[in-house]
Amino acid sequence: MGDTDSATRELLSGWGRTSPTLATVHRPDDLEHVVSQVTAPSRRGVIARGLGRSYGDAAQNAGGDVLSCSNLDSVLAIDVDKGTVTVESGVSLDTLLRVLLPLGWFPMVIPGTSYVTVGGAIASDIHGKFRHGSFAEYVDRMRIVTPARGACTLDPNADARAFWATSGGMGLTGVITEATLKLQSVETSRIVCDTERTDNVDDTMARMLDGDHAYRYSVAWIDCLASGGHLGRSVLTRGNHATFDELAGSDRATARAYTPRTLLGSPPWLPNGLINLLTVRAFNEVWFRKSPRSPQRHVEGIKPFFFPLDGVRDWNRVYGSRGFVQYQFVVPFGAERVVRTALERFSAARVPTFLAVLKRFEHDSRSVIGFPMSGWTLALDMPTSPALAPLLDGLDELVVEAGGRVYLTKDSRLRPELLAAMYPRLDDWRATRATLDPEGLLRSDMDRRLDLSGAGPRRR
Amino acid sequence: MKNALGEVQSVLVLGGTSDIALAITRRLVAQRGARVVLAARKPEACDAAATTLRAAGASEVHAIAFDATDFASHEGFVRTTFDRFGDFDLVLVAFGVLGDQARAEHDPAAALEIVQTNFTGTVSVTVPLAVRLRAQGHGTLVLLSSVAGERVRRSNFVYGSSKAGADGYYQGLAASLVSSGVHVLIVRPGFVHTKMTAGMKAAPLSVTPDAVADAVVRGIARGREIVWVPPAMRYVMAVLRHLPVAVFRRLPIS
Repeated sequence: MGDTDSATRELLSGWGRTSPTLATVHRPDDLEHVVSQVTAPSRRGVIARGLGRSYGDAAQNAGGDVLSCSNLDSVLAIDVDKGTVTVESGVSLDTLLRVLLPLGWFPMVIPGTSYVTVGGAIASDIHGKFRHGSFAEYVDRMRIVTPARGACTLDPNADARAFWATSGGMGLTGVITEATLKLQSVETSRIVCDTERTDNVDDTMARMLDGDHAYRYSVAWIDCLASGGHLGRSVLTRGNHATFDELAGSDRATARAYTPRTLLGSPPWLPNGLINLLTVRAFNEVWFRKSPRSPQRHVEGIKPFFFPLDGVRDWNRVYGSRGFVQYQFVVPFGAERVVRTALERFSAARVPTFLAVLKRFEHDSRSVIGFPMSGWTLALDMPTSPALAPLLDGLDELVVEAGGRVYLTKDSRLRPELLAAMYPRLDDWRATRATLDPEGLLRSDMDRRLDLSGAGPRRR
Repeated sequence: MKNALGEVQSVLVLGGTSDIALAITRRLVAQRGARVVLAARKPEACDAAATTLRAAGASEVHAIAFDATDFASHEGFVRTTFDRFGDFDLVLVAFGVLGDQARAEHDPAAALEIVQTNFTGTVSVTVPLAVRLRAQGHGTLVLLSSVAGERVRRSNFVYGSSKAGADGYYQGLAASLVSSGVHVLIVRPGFVHTKMTAGMKAAPLSVTPDAVADAVVRGIARGREIVWVPPAMRYVMAVLRHLPVAVFRRLPIS
C-alpha cells in the first residue's frame, strides 16, 4: 500500500557518522502513507527521521522501517496577526526562516544549525542561544500519528501527558506530521552582536552571569586545548535582533533579506586523522586571536551568528570514515566545578576538540524527558577513539552526581544504567508512551541501545 | 547495539570453552556489562567461564548446547537462539579442534573430524548466522582463523587446510555483507598459548589469549576486516607465502 514500491534499503547513521545500520526507508507524501506505516510496520518497528542531524542513533532502526519525512515539507498557514505559522513536520528551519523573515517574523528558539526539521526539533525539544525556553515551549499544538490513536491533535494543556511525552520523546511516541509554532516579531534579519575575549572559564562564567540579562542570545566558544591559568579561555558572543535604525544605510534596502548561500561542499571522501591535536590547536589559536581583545559591537547576519557551520555542506565529513562523537551535558547552577573538571580532563587527555560551546539555561523544559534544565550546558565534538570511553563514562558520573544529565540527541555512547538517574521522570514517560504505543511498534537503535522504552533486551 | 566507541551489549560465542574466546569476551564485558551466551557441545563445561565473565562485569551469562558437526541442527539453533535472546551485536565463531596430524595422515575418520569441525561446521552455521544478522541490520561476525591457513605447512596440514577453507569462506562472506550493516572480522593469530596447544613447543612470535583479545577488541572498535596477532605476523606471512616451495619446506617451522 502507499509508497512501498519506492522504499529503499539504506545504511543510516547520525551526524557523527558512527554505528550505521540498514533500514528500509519510506518517504511518505501524505498523512495516509504515514498512518499506514505507523500502524503496520515490519516486525522490527518504525521510527521517523528528519534531516539526520541528531549525532547518534536516534533516527535509525536496524533491520526495520524508517519514515523519512522530508516530503512533508509544506508551509500550510501563516497568521500574521497572531504571529503563528503552521507547517508540515518535514519543513526545515532554513525554509521557515526564508519564508518568515521577509514578513518580519522569527522562531522563538533557533539551534546551531538551520538544517533540522520542525518534527525533529520537537522530538528532541531542541534549544539554542536563547536561555528562556526550548523549542516545544513555543509549540501551540501539533498533529501526530500514534499506533494507539492513529492521527490526532495534541494541545500542550488539554493533552498535556501525550504532548509533553512527545516533545523530547525521541520519536518513540509517534510520528509528528504537523505543528503550529508561536513566533516573535523582528524588524530585520540582522543581529547586533557584542564579542569579547575572556581569560579563563571562571572569567567566562562571571561575565555571562553579570551581563547576559542585556542580551537575548548568549554563547561562549571555549578553546578546549588551553590549560592552566587559561583553562576555558573563550570568545563570548552575545546579541539582540537589530532594529531597523541599527542597520547601516547600505543594509536598509535588504533589511529583512535572508538568502544564505552555501559556500563549499565537503568532498565525499576525506582521510581519517585530519582533526588532530596539531590542526585543532592551530585552528583554536587563530580563532581566539582573531577575536577582538576588547569588547566590540558589530551587526551580523542571522546565518553567521546562529549557523556558523552551515556554510560548509556536510562539514561532518572532515572527521573521516571513523566519524566523531558529540558530548553535551547540563548541570545545575552551583555545579560549575563539573564544567571546570570536564575542561581540565579534556585538556589533560589531549583530546583534539574544536571549540566547545558553553551556554546557560534559565528555564526547565516541560518535556517529560527533555534535556534543558536551569544551569550550565557544555557541548563538544571529538574524533572517535576507544580512549574516549573511560573519559566520557567518568564525566557522566560527575554529571549524575551533580544532578545533571547528558543530551540524548547528541548521545552515541551513554551507559544505559545512568539513564534513570539522569532523567528522573523516565518511568512517567514510559507509562505515557505505553498508552500511545502499547505494542512497541515505534523502535529506534537508540531505544535498543539505551532501552529508553523500558521493554528490555528480548524485543526485536 | 554497538555504540559509537565500538562497545557491544550482547555477545554470542560459538565454542564457549575456547580460551581465546573467553579472553575476548572478558575484555568486552569489562567495557560494558554485556549479556553473553556461550554455546558449546557440553554447556556444563562453560560453568567456569560463566563465573569468570560474571565477575568481570557481564550482566547475564547463559550456556547452551551447540554441536559443530551436527550440521542439520544449525539452522534451528540460530533461529531459536536469536528468538530467545534477541539481537546479538557480536557473534564470535571460536570452535575448532587441532586434531592429531599423525593419525589423520592414515586414518580418514581422524582427518574428517578436523575438517568437518573446523571448515564444514563453520560454513554450516555461518549460513544461517549471516541471514539472521542481515535481517537484524547490524552486527559484527568474528572468525577465529589462524596463520596456519595462510600457507599450509607439512607439520599440521590437515588443521591448516581446514583453517584455510574457513578463512577463504569468510573473506567472500565479508564482501557479500558490504553495505548490509553487518561487519566481518577475520582474526589470524600465530601460535597462542592455550589449552589446545598445551605441551606443544611454542613457535616464534607466540602470544597469549589476552594479547589476541586486545587486538580483537581494538579491531572491532575500529571496524577492521583482518587482524593479525601479533601485528608483525602480517609481514612475516607475506614473506613466507612467497618463498619458493623448496626453501619453504626446509624451514624449521615447516
